[in-house]
Amino acid sequence: MRWLNDPLLSVEHLVMRFGGLVAVDDLSFNVGRSDITAVIGPNGAGKTTVFNCITGFYRPSGGALTVRGGAQTFALEKMPGHAIAAKAKVTRTFQNIRLFAGMTVLENLLVAQHNPLMRASGMSFLGLLGIAYPAAERAAIDKARHWLDKINLTSRADVAAGELAYGDQRRLEIARAMCADPILLCLDEPAAGLNPRESAALTDLLLGIRETTPTSILLIEHDMSVVMEISDHVIVLDYGRKIADGTPAQVRRDERVIAAYLGVEDQELPAVVAEVGS
Amino acid sequence: MADFVQQLVNGLTLGSIYGLIAIGYTLVFGIIGMVNFAHGDVFMVSCFIALLLFLFVNAVLGAGAIILSLLIVMVISMGLTGLWGWTIERLAYRPLRGSFRLAPLISAIGISIFLPNLIQVTQGARPKPTPPMVGDVIVLFADGHYEATVSYKQLIIMAVTAGLLAVFWYVVQKTPLGRAQRACEQDRRMAALLGINVDRTISLTFVMGAALAAVAGTLYLLYYGVVSFSDGFVPGIKAFTAAVLGGIGSLPGAVVGGLIIGLVETMWSSYFSIEYKDVAAFGILIIVLIFMPTGLLGRPEVEKV
Amino acid sequence: MTNLARATTAAADRPGTARGGARAVPQAPSPQGAMAAALKDAALAALVMLGLSFPILLLRSDVGSNNELVLTPRVPLVVAACAIVFFGRLAIAFVRGAWRRSHPRRMAAASPVGTRPVVGRVAGLLGYALTGAAIAFPFLAAYALGGLTPARYWIDLAILVLTYLMLGWGLNIVVGLAGLLDLGYVAFYAVGAYSYALLSTTFGVSFWICLPVAGIMAAFFGILLGFPVLRLRGDYLAIVTLAFGEIIRLVLINWVSLTNGSAGISSIPRVSFFGIPFTREDDGFAATFGLAFDPMQRIIFLYYLILVLALVTNAVTLRLRRLPIGRAWEALREDEIACRALGINTRNTKLTAFAIGAMFGGFAGSFFAVRQGFVSPESFNFMESAIILSIVVLGGMGSQVGVAIAAVAMVAGPELLRRLEILQVVFGEHFDPNQYRLLLFGLAMAAMMVWRPRGLISQRTPSVLLHGGGSPAAAPAEAR
Repeated sequence: MRWLNDPLLSVEHLVMRFGGLVAVDDLSFNVGRSDITAVIGPNGAGKTTVFNCITGFYRPSGGALTVRGGAQTFALEKMPGHAIAAKAKVTRTFQNIRLFAGMTVLENLLVAQHNPLMRASGMSFLGLLGIAYPAAERAAIDKARHWLDKINLTSRADVAAGELAYGDQRRLEIARAMCADPILLCLDEPAAGLNPRESAALTDLLLGIRETTPTSILLIEHDMSVVMEISDHVIVLDYGRKIADGTPAQVRRDERVIAAYLGVEDQELPAVVAEVGS
Repeated sequence: MADFVQQLVNGLTLGSIYGLIAIGYTLVFGIIGMVNFAHGDVFMVSCFIALLLFLFVNAVLGAGAIILSLLIVMVISMGLTGLWGWTIERLAYRPLRGSFRLAPLISAIGISIFLPNLIQVTQGARPKPTPPMVGDVIVLFADGHYEATVSYKQLIIMAVTAGLLAVFWYVVQKTPLGRAQRACEQDRRMAALLGINVDRTISLTFVMGAALAAVAGTLYLLYYGVVSFSDGFVPGIKAFTAAVLGGIGSLPGAVVGGLIIGLVETMWSSYFSIEYKDVAAFGILIIVLIFMPTGLLGRPEVEKV
Repeated sequence: MTNLARATTAAADRPGTARGGARAVPQAPSPQGAMAAALKDAALAALVMLGLSFPILLLRSDVGSNNELVLTPRVPLVVAACAIVFFGRLAIAFVRGAWRRSHPRRMAAASPVGTRPVVGRVAGLLGYALTGAAIAFPFLAAYALGGLTPARYWIDLAILVLTYLMLGWGLNIVVGLAGLLDLGYVAFYAVGAYSYALLSTTFGVSFWICLPVAGIMAAFFGILLGFPVLRLRGDYLAIVTLAFGEIIRLVLINWVSLTNGSAGISSIPRVSFFGIPFTREDDGFAATFGLAFDPMQRIIFLYYLILVLALVTNAVTLRLRRLPIGRAWEALREDEIACRALGINTRNTKLTAFAIGAMFGGFAGSFFAVRQGFVSPESFNFMESAIILSIVVLGGMGSQVGVAIAAVAMVAGPELLRRLEILQVVFGEHFDPNQYRLLLFGLAMAAMMVWRPRGLISQRTPSVLLHGGGSPAAAPAEAR
């Protein structure tokens, strides 16, 4: 129950309206430090909207989003999008992968370290003269190599990111987000479109991140096997409201969750029956 | 007071012409999300087509049948300018669909350099005056020694604009072509899967835009009585401003925008400074794009993440 | 639209027709069938041409004696145009058919992965070769033509090319690297030119002080413009920058008390050799260095001045490209939303690109003013922006060597065309190729986009490599 004792992110009474449509309605939950937290729910439940609010792509209509870093507290709902990643250290991936397709794998990972590298290059002035910057860049490349090793793409480092296989692109996007040193990593359907072997590699990567780094993970996922295997904490949304919140074991027994999945979304049914086993 | 009414009439006339050109921008932007940079120059070409046709037809029919001549000229000019629109789309834009996003715009800039120079080479650089066409005026009311008048020309322009708008509004709203256009606007791939000929729909959209520009060209000629090869750029920009101001993609928006731009331009020239009237139009463009990029009647654009 | 959608349209629309079938299967059905199809297609194209040429080509209007228009028919011209289109279309069909028969399996594009390093290296060598040629150029020209004075035409032309090259490289930062389409770049050129013209004629400030001031002024204007407009998406940004460029020009025309309006500013002080004037007097350049006075000394100096300015632009660009800011520009071009998610302040990053691009435009502008000795608003119209932009686009957006080749082709090409006497033999005494310059220019711009939307050199060289032994400092001088 780390999410109650030591919350990294608190979402309080979050509301998001698009014109007359209420996509997220009075939603509150906590994300525990060092946890892997999953947000699940039928299609259209408002999961991605919550993500977009957390990462600054939407300005919430109401409510508070608070991140408690080491010493500092950030009110995400008041911060511009780029500052959420740069200062509050919340980074994300996208449902429809957004790599810099024309740039190499390594360059993608260096762009993620933009802010520290900018400072090292003296806002480019010192960098232009070649002072101090080369050492910083070597360190940045080492960090990139560390993550490339983790995702088994070291040999492909100089290839354009757009030329990678789909599963590799998914993992590269995660590695890129990790290169920005996040305290909270938000993953929007990281297992979508992966085959079972790639799914397993992803699971290992995420568990590895939890073991070896201080980064906490918040993810949206449809693949229940991934969710149940790796999550410490599961939040279930339906129609923009929270209908369940607890450990995977608690959630899988929750009648409202079963009802939401069985009653609302027919195409999810086989997966749910298999996973929930009720 | 009479002065103001006079400027109002002049502004609405000019605005009608801008509105007709603006529809071409708005239709094309709506369907393929591209700013057809060459549209102003297509308008200019249509002015020349109308001019040459008018000289020819008028010589055949005699000076007595000006209105009939104009009507014939307008109809033929719509067809010929439509052909220009079709050809340009086919050769310069269609091969670039699906290419990187700036490619069609740059191609369009190329066309907008090509067209005026083509006219300059084939028709010469000197401005071309037309024979006087319709000269009569109606006095609306007098205010001291100043009379506010509306000329037959102006009445023709406003009437033709209103009539054509009604026709095009019907086409876009009620006909299969209009439905196909709106379907392509929403989701081109889905429309293709449902059996809509997307290529033809887009071609027809360009033809429609060019045909309306041809109407504007004929009316422009009637109103000003002179045209030169470089007359496409500034009206083109102003019409684009009108389309953006009205909300690009919106048909009524283009007309409303056109009228506003026409009014602003005449009022500005009359009450502030005529030298800076183009600056005023460009200024409006910048301000609208910065502060309300969806325009007056446009739909808000939600960023998809 | 994607290829998939296009393919499905074709399939959904004419599933069984011969045309749909011919497109789907690479081999043509039969030689006779192909011939008939090609003839029909060419006839249609000629018919369209006939429609287009009526009445623009058919009738020539000239202002007659009573200020009325006189029409002259030009039937042969229309016949010629239609014939050219007909036979041209046929020829294309045959060449294509022959190509398909001899290369049946080469339809798919070759993978760019293997070729990239080679292209990068060739471009790098080409860069060095071009630089060497540019340094030696005035002397080569003088040697070939027997003296500096006869070579003046060529050196002047080279100065013009280098000015456009510098502008092209400056704009390349904005358009090629950061992906921001700027149609009003000439505004910054104008700001630089007028900064020098006004400061030198009003306050007598020397060129060497004005040069950085002009750059800073232009960069300031870049930020001023960029601040509100940079959040606009692609084509909106293009139109707004165009409007801004036009506003600057209109202000230059109408603010007569400051700029002297359309008449422009004349007798702008000439360039000096770091304070030593190029004059015949005793304190002049020739006397100071014990040389015989030659007006060409100033021209040669101007040549090397613009060469150095252009090379500095190039060097700074290449350097920036390997710094975080340059990578952020390219990332911004690829995906702005992903940039924001990684904590990049997209507005500031765009502003930097805009300001640096504008600054080089300002430098080039003050060079223009000191070279011409005269500036007027007409030098800064939209056509100039379009020419600079097309240099960047033609070269391959982001490619430094490509831009250099394009600058030579676009600026020197038409100029050389004019000197080709053979054209006059073919087209008659009164043929003036210069008249057709912009016509061809516009056509070439569109054709270039259709043929190679990514420009002459479209291969991107990575800014940094993990393998392949390059620390960024040791990478070849020409990148991308």
